[in-house]
Amino acid sequence: MTAELTEVLDRIDRTRRARPRVREQRLTMAHGAGGKATQTLVEAVFLEAFDNPELNALDDAAALTAGGARLAFTTDSYVVKPLFFPGGDIGDLAVNGTVNDLAVAGARPRFLSAGFILEEGLPVADLTRIVASMGAAARAAGVSIVAGDTKVVPRGLADGCYITTAGVGVREHPRDFGVHLARPGDLVLVSGPIGDHGMTVLVARGDLDLEADLRSDTAALTGLVDDLLAAAGEGVRGMRDATRGGVATILNEIARAAGVTVVVDESAVPVRAGVRGAAELLGIDPLYVACEGRLVAVVAPEHAAAALAALHAHPLGDQAAVIGRIDPDPAELVLLRTRFGGTRIVDLLVGDPLPRIC
Amino acid sequence: MRFVDEFRNAEQARALAARIAARCEPGRHYKFMEVCGGHTHTIYQHGLEDYLPESVELVHGPGCPVCVIPMGRVDDAIAIARRPEVILTSFGDMMRVPGGDGSFLDAKAAGADIRMVYSPLDALKLARAHPDREVVFMAIGFETTAPSTAVTVRRAAAEGLANFSVFCNHVTIIPAIKAILDSPDQRLDGFLGPGHVSTVIGCEPYRFIAERYGKPLVVAGFEPLDILHSIDMLLAQLEQGRCEIENQYSRVVPWDGNLTALKTLADVLELRPFFEWRGLGFIAHSALKLTERYAAFDAERRFAVPGVRVADPKSCQCGEVLKGVLKPYECKVFGTACTPETPIGTCMVSPEGACAAYYNFGRFHRQRLLEVTAR
Repeated sequence: MTAELTEVLDRIDRTRRARPRVREQRLTMAHGAGGKATQTLVEAVFLEAFDNPELNALDDAAALTAGGARLAFTTDSYVVKPLFFPGGDIGDLAVNGTVNDLAVAGARPRFLSAGFILEEGLPVADLTRIVASMGAAARAAGVSIVAGDTKVVPRGLADGCYITTAGVGVREHPRDFGVHLARPGDLVLVSGPIGDHGMTVLVARGDLDLEADLRSDTAALTGLVDDLLAAAGEGVRGMRDATRGGVATILNEIARAAGVTVVVDESAVPVRAGVRGAAELLGIDPLYVACEGRLVAVVAPEHAAAALAALHAHPLGDQAAVIGRIDPDPAELVLLRTRFGGTRIVDLLVGDPLPRIC
Repeated sequence: MRFVDEFRNAEQARALAARIAARCEPGRHYKFMEVCGGHTHTIYQHGLEDYLPESVELVHGPGCPVCVIPMGRVDDAIAIARRPEVILTSFGDMMRVPGGDGSFLDAKAAGADIRMVYSPLDALKLARAHPDREVVFMAIGFETTAPSTAVTVRRAAAEGLANFSVFCNHVTIIPAIKAILDSPDQRLDGFLGPGHVSTVIGCEPYRFIAERYGKPLVVAGFEPLDILHSIDMLLAQLEQGRCEIENQYSRVVPWDGNLTALKTLADVLELRPFFEWRGLGFIAHSALKLTERYAAFDAERRFAVPGVRVADPKSCQCGEVLKGVLKPYECKVFGTACTPETPIGTCMVSPEGACAAYYNFGRFHRQRLLEVTAR
């Protein structure tokens, strides 16, 4: 280890911590991929303009107090293609995604709104099917869709159907949850196999000439969170649902929010054989592939066994596992002990996951 | 997972690491170049250097298809893509490679129809589906990917698909290795030979490396155990005073290569008199273009391309990195002005580029890493 390398690494560290700036003249697809470009866009454009403590926390849902009530509020847009895929469709995805953002904030999801941008020519039968699955998902999650809006745009301006949902939940627990509360020694848990949703949609798109028996994991996490907090609420520092950008992105957010290093054991991370196989073929790391029904929880070590047992007892958490720990090193990085026995860092993704070509 | 986990077994890695350490002569430093970007990626992805003694240094070579594309060729491709009738198709790795005036991703955002494909045959599908458009495939890569381009062109010819063409940037590996061997500031002890290129060209073309330059080469597979095994084979040669071309990747690479693929290549593609390599400059007989027989499918003949040579940015030291003269972090702009989000040089773009691999996977203080993992 040369002094020169140390200096280079320090220089990079300073650059990383510098204020982000969007350098591109126009948005590219990378700005929507959930990785570094998205982070830069959010921080440099939106936080700059909206600047308030609730937003600046950049949690899955904003923690609010209004009229004496402790609330959580969030919104999300859905543009998935294809609209229907094995295990779900854009409708239940739009409900579960917003429900989960509230649930992992430690709030009980209550009310949702839904905005639809519909393309001229969309079969009414498709819309009916999408809306029916939203209704079913809402009932399953114990929420009501109480407000809505529809707009129809000319053919070619939306890919069939885009949905935006927003949701309000009640923070019933007296204390706040947040991954910024992670402390050295805490353990990191994931509630089930990762990457199911992203890989399913990628394959369902049909561009790859690849067949695999995959299903999206889209599901409401409300019940799982209830059980987890009942069993180990005192020890749960914070939770995140691992959607766009996958578990790797969540782990980086934890490291950054808490000013720590997250050390992960690759062989402990549950991945279904079909997902791992497809990811291997495409040269994609499952750690970056989206889930829609999995949470990552940071738990104090003395409560980890109870937390894991509670997750295991729930149908959505039967393959839950401890995948890593929080280390005091202030590097704000994620270190992966690879299955092979080496060590590397796991950074935020740049652009979309791109398959290697040789 | 079968056929994967066997080659990533930590126990076998420890056994190989012990053998490697035992073969190293005390006080001697070994410098091996892995020619192929796929190796570089494997080394970092699995944290393989953790298994190597300090005295064994891996130097990253030029075998990264995206890394060697000069800026001028990116500009040429974008000029083609800007034509309203054109759909330019490209492998995903090319999308962020900077040209003189932005990347494919920027050109796409500004309105050009550029689409990512996984195979040249996908581009052919697009051509069939859009008879009113001109579909151009941006062909890149070494002998590994060139045969699939050749097969695609043949198929287009057989179908009489007049709206399909190839912007050919295929390069060949041997001249690049020769350029590195001839470089005065390079002192290597041996090579990990490119596995997938060798499935096509075989092992014979490397013979001059051992015979004329006195360096051993072991054709290596892409799983981490393959690489450790190949390093062990190189050290064994040095230990025993041998200097040979050996094939570690024999489960995939036949010694004589793939004769059918070579025949197809010779029918569709031929050597250009010279070609510019990013950072390495012009190298004679180092790249391929379409033969006369298939000239109708050559995008360079179908569309006027500017063909302007664009000098690399002054601060960029990709050439030195590609030759293995500089470690990625020794480049002046590494990780500050040049990052995977805002690459100046190509080595920072492809996941197989040495700089991107080092930045994304290896950017951590070694001492601190040991402390953290020991806790």
